[in-house]
Amino acid sequence: MKQKLVLIGNGMAGMRTVDELLKLSPDKFEITVFGAEPHGNYNRIMLSPVLAGDKQLSEIIINDLQWYEDNKITLYTGKTITKIDRVNQQVISDDGITSDYDRLIIATGSLPVLLDIPGKQLEGVISFRDINDVNVMIKTAKTHKNAIVIGGGLLGLEAANGLMIQGMNVSVVHRSNTLMSQQLDQEAADLMREELEQKGMHFLLNHHTEALLGDDRVEKIRFKDGTEVAADLVVMAIGVRPNITLAKASGIQCDRGILVDDTLQTYTPTIYAVGECVQHRNKTFGLVAPLFEQARVCANHLVDMGFASYVSAVTSTKLKVTGINLFSAGDYVGVDGTESIIFKDVSRHIYKKLVIKNNTIVGILLYGETTDGLWYFSLLTEGQNISDIRENILFGQQHVEEQG
Amino acid sequence: MANSKISLTTCPYCGVGCGVQAIQEKDGSTSVKGDKGHPANFGRLCSKGSALADTLGLEGRLLYPHVNGERTSWDTALDAVTKGLTKVIEQHGADAVAFYVSGQLLTEDYYVANKLMKGFIGSANIDTNSRLCMSSAVAGYKRAFGSDSVPGNYKDLELADLIVIEGSNTAWCHPIVYQRIVKAKQDRPNLKIVVIDPRKTPTCDIADLHLPIKPGSDATLFNGLLSYISQQQHVDWAFVNQHTEGFAEALISAEKSAKNVTQVAQRCELTEQDVSRFFQLFVNTEKVVTLYSQGVNQSSSGTDKSNSIINCHLATGRIGKPAMGPFSITGQPNAMGGREVGALSNQLAAHMELDNPIHHDLVSRFWQTDNLASVAGTQAVDMFEEIANGNIKAIWVIATNPVVTLPNADKVLKTIEMCDLVIVSECEYNTGTVARANILLPALAWGEKCGTVTNSERRISHQRQFLPSPGEAKKDWWILAQVAQRMGFGDAFNYQTTAEIFREHAALSGFENEGQRDFDISGLASMTDDEYAELLPIQWPVTDQKPNGTQRLFEDKQFFTASGKAKIIAITPRAPVNKTSKEYPIILNTGRVRDQWHTMTRTARSARLNAHISEPIMQIHPTDAKKYDLNHGALAQLDSQWGDMLTRVVVTEEQRIGSVFVPMHWNFFMSSKGRVNALVNPVVDPISGQPESKHTPIKVVSYQPAWYGFMFSRTPLTPVDSPYWVKIKGEQFWRYEIAGEKAIDDFPSWAKKQLGEKGEWLEFSDLSAKRFRAGKIIDNRLESIVFISADYGLPTRSWLSQLFSEQTISDEMRMSLLAGKPGAGLPDTGSVVCACFGVGENTIKEAISGGSAKTVDDIGTLLKAGTNCGSCIPELKKIISA
Repeated sequence: MKQKLVLIGNGMAGMRTVDELLKLSPDKFEITVFGAEPHGNYNRIMLSPVLAGDKQLSEIIINDLQWYEDNKITLYTGKTITKIDRVNQQVISDDGITSDYDRLIIATGSLPVLLDIPGKQLEGVISFRDINDVNVMIKTAKTHKNAIVIGGGLLGLEAANGLMIQGMNVSVVHRSNTLMSQQLDQEAADLMREELEQKGMHFLLNHHTEALLGDDRVEKIRFKDGTEVAADLVVMAIGVRPNITLAKASGIQCDRGILVDDTLQTYTPTIYAVGECVQHRNKTFGLVAPLFEQARVCANHLVDMGFASYVSAVTSTKLKVTGINLFSAGDYVGVDGTESIIFKDVSRHIYKKLVIKNNTIVGILLYGETTDGLWYFSLLTEGQNISDIRENILFGQQHVEEQG
Repeated sequence: MANSKISLTTCPYCGVGCGVQAIQEKDGSTSVKGDKGHPANFGRLCSKGSALADTLGLEGRLLYPHVNGERTSWDTALDAVTKGLTKVIEQHGADAVAFYVSGQLLTEDYYVANKLMKGFIGSANIDTNSRLCMSSAVAGYKRAFGSDSVPGNYKDLELADLIVIEGSNTAWCHPIVYQRIVKAKQDRPNLKIVVIDPRKTPTCDIADLHLPIKPGSDATLFNGLLSYISQQQHVDWAFVNQHTEGFAEALISAEKSAKNVTQVAQRCELTEQDVSRFFQLFVNTEKVVTLYSQGVNQSSSGTDKSNSIINCHLATGRIGKPAMGPFSITGQPNAMGGREVGALSNQLAAHMELDNPIHHDLVSRFWQTDNLASVAGTQAVDMFEEIANGNIKAIWVIATNPVVTLPNADKVLKTIEMCDLVIVSECEYNTGTVARANILLPALAWGEKCGTVTNSERRISHQRQFLPSPGEAKKDWWILAQVAQRMGFGDAFNYQTTAEIFREHAALSGFENEGQRDFDISGLASMTDDEYAELLPIQWPVTDQKPNGTQRLFEDKQFFTASGKAKIIAITPRAPVNKTSKEYPIILNTGRVRDQWHTMTRTARSARLNAHISEPIMQIHPTDAKKYDLNHGALAQLDSQWGDMLTRVVVTEEQRIGSVFVPMHWNFFMSSKGRVNALVNPVVDPISGQPESKHTPIKVVSYQPAWYGFMFSRTPLTPVDSPYWVKIKGEQFWRYEIAGEKAIDDFPSWAKKQLGEKGEWLEFSDLSAKRFRAGKIIDNRLESIVFISADYGLPTRSWLSQLFSEQTISDEMRMSLLAGKPGAGLPDTGSVVCACFGVGENTIKEAISGGSAKTVDDIGTLLKAGTNCGSCIPELKKIISA
């Protein structure tokens, strides 16, 4: 008889684990998947292009319902698991479905962080996390004019850009002066702001939101300095936190996220966790590359091969939805003791920076021109000594290779 | 072309004296090519001659008279000159004024200057910059032949079976003569070439034998040759006995200093094998020409050296016959013309002597003057000494730039600043000497003036005018004649045309000559103005007996000495005056480079001429470079007892160990510290007065600035405040090589200060590596660039230079700009499909068509495409199904 595997979370990390499992041992498990969203598995990264109108929803579906059927996977969509019974190795959904498991994967992802301020419950106040949020935004754009995006990070700017393309007048509220501070230094952030301003985006930097005002629907946003701006739609994109409500309630060891070891196993041996809900060696995750690696390692252990080990690596960020090419990785700001090589072509909105320590690249920030990002990234991860190619490295691989 | 106008003229550069066709199009543009009909070059031109049209712009030209810095009318300026000179003469005598003139002048200008000074002011204080160039050759000829006579011609070089090139980088300094030799050797491989030069110059390319002689030991070598000629029984006794005198004494001196091959080899630091091969070649080859130039002349024993050469030709009777003779090749276009009019301070006129009473009487009568100078005046180097001593109070500098070209040039600079009255006739504004003048007189330049010049083979050619006079510039003779008239010498200087002056000059050469003086062009004295205008190149003497000129002198074995016999001079070789020492261990040798002329006031206008050697360089042997810790491409400071300079280091095996070579050309306007003559010792040959420019003891140290750099700009920049800068005109840009001692704190604002703020700025910085680069683009055109580095290893300037000729800067150029070179041009990978791994459409298609990828998974395995975010998978599928 096959072992039973249950996956909570029909998202990218969980389903990638299932993919890897099927590749390794297609017949080992009888698989059941619970998804809170009413769709098949889709590529969440592609929500921004959908909002921007570059892609249709159908194009971002990774596995349609037929695929689940073909692979003999039981899929429950629109079902939220409310309890994990670790003793009886069962999960129970909000509408009473019970499913037994021999192995359980928790891939509940993350939840958007919402500002706890007056008016947060008003109609037209949303986050940017799933297909439903995108649908609300597209719909609102047809009937309303003024959008406010709170949060000038990667997600916030993508939302703002999409809303602008959908025809709204968009202002981004950010509490510091540096946009996308997880990816940019001040110089690049200024370039980006200029470029987005030229496209028509507005910025309210160093603004702290105090309240959202309106009767049923949001009408205005008020800042701590007392100023107010009209708002028909407010998108909060100030960050995410691991979704650990279920795991915590079920007695699984959690800190900021669900604690996992190098095999992605939780403190309960039959239960694994992958993706944005986990905390591994004190790190939580938000980008896609490490999630895929977790899926590979987790699958390796689920099929009892047992040799893979997850090591979290430096990750790089690429951004392209806003029409701006950006590549950033490592210590892109440059802490004390590092050296920076910088190229600027301000009128073309190009800024390239490599942060060097002990003759190796420890940080990369490419803005506007990212051709060599992956090459730099490989030099960074390999810890290559770059002293011989230092003079020309910033001009790209083709300038270095010429030297032979 | 039907509408273009062709003028036949001559090149204003070296002494080869090539014929040039100046072609003017209807649109006003001028181009040049070689004149096929001119017997000096038969249509060929060298790099400098070919670029003549590049130098015709009026930018930087002196076009208006100035007195004490104020622009004035000609009347005011000429009055000021007259008043100034008259006052000095009245108070201090005629010898308190001096003219320093030039081999750049036309014969007619030269004639009027000489006539005014010697004939009417009454002093012989007129000397020419040819003093620096061929006065030793003149003195040598005069000692041997009793006259300043170049015996042979260029044709002799082509007919010879052996050419000994001695102290001449002919390939660079007389390129067309060199090309004629190259052609002759190609046609007749039996023609042997021996090059005697401490350096392995480009001339050695065609040498069968190169003797890298110890600097200054030339006379020993030729004394050795004379001994060898005697010992090997090659003396032409019939010729020696009948037509020469002094052989016995000369042989004693020769054998005393250079008795055999072994001794010569040792004293000249050559191998015995090489010395003996040279000697054998010489004695066994009848048809031999010895072609010599500055390596012989610019020496404290230059006159002796030239006589040591002439001696060998006289001893073997190899003179006055086709394909043989001692041949001094001159440096300037009209050095010979200057000699003909007598513009050296120890000559009178028309190859007559100041101290010869018959000549004095003859010239006095011809010029109808009772004030003719009778004693020699001061020579170039001494002239400035006399200014420093206060004996000369007024100097008139015409068409030359002594603050750059005279030895001990820094002292010359100080001296000229001390002089009460400095008058400068010039066509260029930026000469250095102009900046120190009280009175500036604008002169016509090449193409604007007309007159005659004489080249190295005694060939008189007409240099013709084809451009209008710009501004208020005037002919040099007009300026001189105007002053002469104002000084009260009107009747003697009432010239209306250039032809009139030439006729007078020709008449003087034949005046009571009767074959006693070599220089006789009386056959040209009765030319009409039209005949003068149409004058074809002709070799002097030109007389009634020889109306078509004279190819070769001394064919009758008669010389212009009292006895009619040539003199073989006893030579005791002398070492250069200043020896190397512990403090100054290296010998500085100076000279020309291929593509520049004199102090660069004209050639530096031509971008293509600046591309060859762009900076003041010092060539040094690798052994010395290592010894003094100098790297190729780095900078060096050179010091002598007299001055210092900064140069770029060129390490080359072609240089002799212990000696370095530095070009003579760089002036104040082209470099901060590139004037080599600041270092050169003010030592002269006691007979000729020619400076020893090829031998100054110096020390060489590595110059280590805080930073090195270069800048390019479409428009000239105000001179950079840095201890080392060189300005180089390129094709649509100016380039500046720079180096600084003071660290730059804020690179971007420093760059903006240098290049101006306006424009789109590109910046590159790696401050830990002390590397900064910036570029400025205006309207998609490259405007300026600056590169700064802690070391001298900056990118080559070639690609950046080319970018200034681009109408627009492409994105690719823009991204490579601050790398200083184009990218390697990786294969075009096509538009990016997988952004995560940067995989292009073409790469994917290649993998599919090559059969290695059939599915999306295959592509993922092979190229990684689609394996990260997966958003390109639909496109991958599309490509596969297509």
